[in-house]
This record gives sequence, C-alpha cells and structure tokens, in this order.
Amino acid sequence: MTVFIIRRLMQAAVVVFFMSFLVFSGVFVIGDPVDILISDEADEEDRERAIAALGLDKPFHIQYLRFLGKALQGDLGESFIFEEPALLLILERMPATMELALFALLLAVVLGIPLGMWAGLKPDSVAAKSIMTGSILGFSLPTFWVGIMMMMLFAVMLGWLPSTGRGETSEIFGLEVSFTSWDGIRHLLMPAINLSLFKLALVIRLSRAGTKEVIHQDYIKFARAKGVSRNRIILVHVLKNIMIPVVTVIGLEFGGLVAFSIVTETVFAWPGMGKLLIDSIGLLDRPVIVAYLTIIVFLFVIINLVVDILYSILDPRVRLQEMKA
Amino acid sequence: MSKFTRIGLAAVAATMVSGAAMADSAKLGIRSEPSSMDPYFHNLGPNNAMLGQIFGRLVDWGPKMDGLIPRLATSWKAINDTTWEFKLRKGVKFHDGSDFTADDFIFSFKRADGYTGGNSSFRTYTKGKSVKKIDDFTVHIVTEKPYPLMPNDMTSIMVISSDVKGSGGSANMGLKAKDFNNGTATIGTGPYKFVKWRKGDSLVLEKYDGYKGPLAQPWDKMTFKFIKSEPARTAALLAGDVDMIDNVPTSDIGALSKDKRVSLSSGVSNRVIYLHMDQFRDKSPFVTDKSGNPLDKNPLKDARVRKAISMMINRDEIVDKVMEGVAIKAGQLLPEGFFGRSEKMRPQEYDPSGAKKLLAAAGWGDGFGLTIHGPNDRYINDARICEAVAQMLTRNGIPTKVVTMPKNVYFKRASKGGPNKSPEFSFVLVGWGSGTGESSSPLKSLLATHDKSKGMGASNRGRHANPMMDEVLLKALATVDDKERGTLLAKATEIGIGEDQGIIPLHYQVNTWATRPGLKYNARADERTVGLDLVKE
Repeated sequence: MTVFIIRRLMQAAVVVFFMSFLVFSGVFVIGDPVDILISDEADEEDRERAIAALGLDKPFHIQYLRFLGKALQGDLGESFIFEEPALLLILERMPATMELALFALLLAVVLGIPLGMWAGLKPDSVAAKSIMTGSILGFSLPTFWVGIMMMMLFAVMLGWLPSTGRGETSEIFGLEVSFTSWDGIRHLLMPAINLSLFKLALVIRLSRAGTKEVIHQDYIKFARAKGVSRNRIILVHVLKNIMIPVVTVIGLEFGGLVAFSIVTETVFAWPGMGKLLIDSIGLLDRPVIVAYLTIIVFLFVIINLVVDILYSILDPRVRLQEMKA
Repeated sequence: MSKFTRIGLAAVAATMVSGAAMADSAKLGIRSEPSSMDPYFHNLGPNNAMLGQIFGRLVDWGPKMDGLIPRLATSWKAINDTTWEFKLRKGVKFHDGSDFTADDFIFSFKRADGYTGGNSSFRTYTKGKSVKKIDDFTVHIVTEKPYPLMPNDMTSIMVISSDVKGSGGSANMGLKAKDFNNGTATIGTGPYKFVKWRKGDSLVLEKYDGYKGPLAQPWDKMTFKFIKSEPARTAALLAGDVDMIDNVPTSDIGALSKDKRVSLSSGVSNRVIYLHMDQFRDKSPFVTDKSGNPLDKNPLKDARVRKAISMMINRDEIVDKVMEGVAIKAGQLLPEGFFGRSEKMRPQEYDPSGAKKLLAAAGWGDGFGLTIHGPNDRYINDARICEAVAQMLTRNGIPTKVVTMPKNVYFKRASKGGPNKSPEFSFVLVGWGSGTGESSSPLKSLLATHDKSKGMGASNRGRHANPMMDEVLLKALATVDDKERGTLLAKATEIGIGEDQGIIPLHYQVNTWATRPGLKYNARADERTVGLDLVKE
C-alpha cells in the first residue's frame, strides 16, 4: 500500500513538471499582462520598467529556471496582477469552489441514484422514460445556457432566488462557508443545481445500467426465492453492487467539478477559484495559471488514489499491490 | 455669526436633511473589479473609479470631463512658467479623524512616484515634477519645462494619510498593497469609507459623515457586486438584486429601453475608435495585391490612399447597424465639449466615387488587398466593427480580410509583435480614451513621431511621422495659456488627421448604464462607474 502511494505521488510529480513546462511556455508565447494593463498614457520607458519589474525582460530559459527553483521550495510565484502569492490567492478562493462542488455532487448522488434505480427497476414505466429523457437534456444542454435560463426563470420571472453572487458567509474551522444561513443557501442553490445537472444525468444513467444488470444476477434471484423483502433486496443487495462504478465515476468527476466549475462560476458570479482562473487567463497572469493547474493535477492524483482505495474496500477482489498504478 | 460658521451650519443642516431623506443603500452590478485597494498599485480604470470614492484627489473631473472640480485643492494657478501653486482645503479630516495637510499630499506624491511593483504605475503623472511645501495648506509643484497639464495630471494622484501604519518594510513608504486590501491603510478623505472587500464577489463602502468637499453622498451604504457575465448582469438588474448595472451591451439596449422595470442612462465617452495604418514599412506584411500575393510597395504610405480608405467607410451605417445607434460619428480625437478639438473638422462623409478618384490619382486605381486586425473583447462590438469596415472596403475595390483575437494576444502583437519590436500588423482597429481630458494625450501617443527617448508616439502603431505636426504639438505641450494651447492642439489635429490622415477616426463610444426606475446615472465621459453619480430622479 505504501509503495503504491509513493509510486503514485512520484508519477504526480512528473506530470506536474511536464504540465508546468507546457503551460509556462504556452503563456510565455502569448505574451504578458503589461500590454493589457498599462495605462494608455504611459510612455515606452514606463512600459519597459513594468516589464522589467515582473522579470519578463529575461529570456525564456532563465524565467523558467527561476520559476522551477522557487517552485521546488514550495513557492509558485507571485501573481503579476495582485502581487500576492499565487498559491495563497487560489487557496483563498478554494472554499467557495469546494462548497459549490460538494453541494452539486451531493445533489447528483442524492437525486441521481434513486432516480436511476427507479428507471432500472421499472424500465417500461412512463416515469422511467421521462427520467431517461430528462437525463439526455442534462448532459446535452450547455451549462452556461442552462444557467442563464435558470436565472431568467427563478430570479427574473419568479423572483424566488437571488440571481448571482455568494450570500452571507460564516466561518467554520477557519473556512468561509455559506450553507449555514438561509441567505447563503438561497445563493448556493441555483449555481449548485446548474453545476450538478451534468453529473446528475451521469449518475442516473450509471445507476440505471447497474440496476438492470444486477437485478438479473443469481444472487438476487436467490434472495428473492429465499423470501427476502423487496426493500431489503433493493436497498442492500442491488444498491451495494451498483455502487462500484458509481463511486469510481463520481470520484473522478468530482475533480472535474472542482476544476471546471469555471462556467458556472462565471455565469453566477460565484467568487470561487474557477472565476479566478478565467480572469487570470484573460490577463495572462502566468503564476496563477500555473499554480492553479498544479493544484488541479495534484487534486486529480489524490482523488484517483482515494478512488482506488475505496474500490478495494467495496470490491474485495481488487488488490492494490497488483494494480500497476 | 461669521460667514464661515454660517456656511458650516448650512452644511450641517443640509447633511441632516439629506441624511434623513435618504437613509438607504445602493447595490451596483459592475463588470470590472479593481485589482487592489492600494491607490498606486495599478493605474487602471476600475481601480481609479472605485478608489476615488475613498481617497481624495487635489482636483477631479466632473462627470462630463468638461471641467475640473476642486476637491482637496480649493484653487490652483501657474505662478510662473514652471511652477504651479495649489491651495489646499482646510478642515478636511481623514476617515480615522486625523487632519489633512500638505504633508499628506507630499507623502502620497512620493509614494506614487517611487512605487515599486505594479505593472501600470502612476509615475506617468509624477515624473519630472517636484513638490515643495510652502505652508500646511499650500504646495508648489515645480517642473523643468513649462507644463500646462499639471491640474489634469493631479486628477490621477490620490491622497493617503501619512500617519497610517502598514506592515512596514523599506519599499513604498512601509505600506504594502495588502495593508490596503484588508482595510488597515485604506483611510482617505473621500466621501465614502472602506468597509469590506470580498475578492471576486463584492466591495462595500459606507458614507463618511465627516466628509468635507464638493462631492455628493447620495447613499448611506454602497455595495458593488462584480458580475462579469453580460446576461447575468442584466438578469441581476431585472431580478432586483442590484439597483444599477454598467456596460449594458448594445444588443440589449433595444429590449431594455422598452422594459418598464429599467431606465437607461447613456453618455458619450472620451474614447475614440480609430484605424491605424502602416506608414513606415515599404513592404507591409498584410498588404497584398488583389489575389493575396505580397506587394513590393506599401500603398498605405500615401496619404491619398489613407484618405480614400476613410471615404470608403460609411460611418452612419456603422453607428446605425453595428452599434445599434449607440455611438457618435468621429472626425477627430475627441467628441464635442472637450478641450483642444478643431472646430473645422467634421466626420468624413461616405464618398465611394471620391475614394475611387483619389485611389486612381495615387496610382492604385486597380485596388489592392488588405487584412484588418482587431481585438474581439476590448471595445464595444469591436470584432463586428472590423467586419463592417472590411466589407465596406471590399465593396469599394480593396478586398479586405478580417482577423480578430482576444485582447491579451492582440495588443502585444499590434504594438511590438514584428521584427525588432515593430508593430506586427498593417491595418488595425484600436480605441483611445484620453485620460487628460483633452487632445494632447492622443496626439502625443498616436500621431507624434515614434521616439522612445522623448516618450512620444508610444502607441503610434502605424508610425505616422510628420515633423511639422510634432513641432506644433511640442509647442502646445509647453504653452501654459489655455487659449493659445487650444489653438495649437487644434492645428496639430488638423495636420495629423486632416492633412495626413495619420489615423482614421470611426466613432466615439457611447456607454450605457441601466438602473431601476426612479434612479438615474450621471453618465460619465471617462467611462467610470462611480456610486456617487447614481442619483434619485
């Protein structure tokens, strides 16, 4: 197990190294924020000073080596725009994104598994067919469009929910969270639903497929013959067995939720790190872009690790030692 | 009762009345978030707009940029060719209760001048100037050469308190940007106090009861919400979550003007949208013959060709169809009401036959091919303007291709993407907002001969060069007398645009704000969204 984890982390380091090189050179080729940020009134001397102040007058290899040297000491550089440590900027925004992603995931699981199982157990019913049609809409409609439509419906026309932003927050263990107050939940609801739609559709489809497969297995037939109650069959035998693919996919998708909540955050002006990333790309704030992607790579690696470990718990046939990481 | 006490009492009474009548708050949904609360961190539109409410400046622009208003300075004058005297307002207190004196201004000026870090500094307004304290409420600012734009420059320098304690260090007078971002050093003399900044989400300001100065305080509390997405901003207003939004897209204006839940305020800005043409290379990279092969000669070097291109552009159609009526045709660098315009120059009328004749006279009667480059996320409808211009030129015998790109790629390439840091493109669309509120700023940056050592032509992406215009402009820049300077600036404009067609002005941008009914925004010519200008009707 330890060997397995160490091997995984080493792989992560290699991935981060290559990623940083690619992103660093990519952004380097595009340019620097000075041309976008500097005031029209500034003359060329001011411009050159600004470029030199950011260390951008140096050739590429020197800039990259400097970055690597600092990164090895855990310093991912200071944001060009805010002049604060890039890592800190991202971590400051992380709770908002995590809250949104977790809430979305919760919605997807809590609604998705029962709906999917229902559709799997009674595949010919009208309800099952509507659920499946709905799930097609869930993953085929673009997130930003659905977001705007939801805003039009629930905020503008019905006036039930606030259109944008994050509501009241309070601190729990030093983290700012907003689900503790009614105002916070009202603000959280629409973005979380928007973000969860795609995952919801996915979970529905997975649970349905799993249920349809499991329900015909011998052990279910046996349980039924033995006189086990219908509820127990569904809630214990079926549910447990469809969880393996669901856990795997949810785990991986959680990384996606965190990393790519960008669209939802932008539409709903949610102050998370996805919005920070998109703003940073717009302004070519290289240290923040590189730091963000580094964090995301690590996040994915860790989630994968957790999924593999969970997998071995759910399915005793899987042994971590044998998995070639 | 002395006159002074009477005025004081009247002011107190006025504050009490207005305080009682308007005990409420405003929420503003705005597109761009400031990057810092440190007033010298970035010389950036959103920062300057937001921080001007917290920090005082010696002088400031009125909403229409047609005149300066006295803020921390009550009067100013040039006492000789190289010295400006500013008399400071007495009895002004900072938000923490300390008194404002000349020392605070000098402290602020020095911090702005020596600011390290930040990639768009305020040195533009402080360099070559030295400040002298005469007494607690009089300062002299001295320059080497005559400098008429001193009051205009002072509209950019915000005043911080010299007593504030920051996190220390030797740089930037011991005050770090984070000291301002968390509120410890965010202590100004402006009409509003800093309360809280939640990055990426909102900024809250509160009325400062001890404010003394000419600005109104229409709200007790103002919350700025940063909503970047255009439809989301509109939805926030329609849902009643905010009282006002800025940067209303032109495509929404038609529908919103019919909506009873919304009232629109718009005003012309100091920003001209113009075309720049390569006037320095003999072989220009994006000028071709009609079938797309490179040309040995650069037709754009000929002023007649540039004039012909201007004649081929139907500005009425651009304003009507592309800008949906929300823009004003341009014939020079600044719209009416600004200083240093030429009264003689009018927007070029659409004249295809005149263009044909001019092209033939210049020896290009058969036409040639061009590519227009422009940003697609910087100015209102920028990419669509490029397309419209290209179609108009194509229709009139200059087949034109369109290439647009995001601003983060575009500006670097347009300024120095070519060999030896020369401009990469041949024919570009750009905009220019004059921060000084008069025409010397665009003349100096866009039309003066490119010369790094003199600080001229920094954004002259077509490298227009005319020694005659440079001479007139330099003379204007050293003329303190307003009337004479105005005449000289007008003359420089007439040479640079009228005779040379160094740039082709298209239109002046008109900005639109939308409020809920019963409110009105005093549309600002500097494109800023300032809470103080949101008023009840």
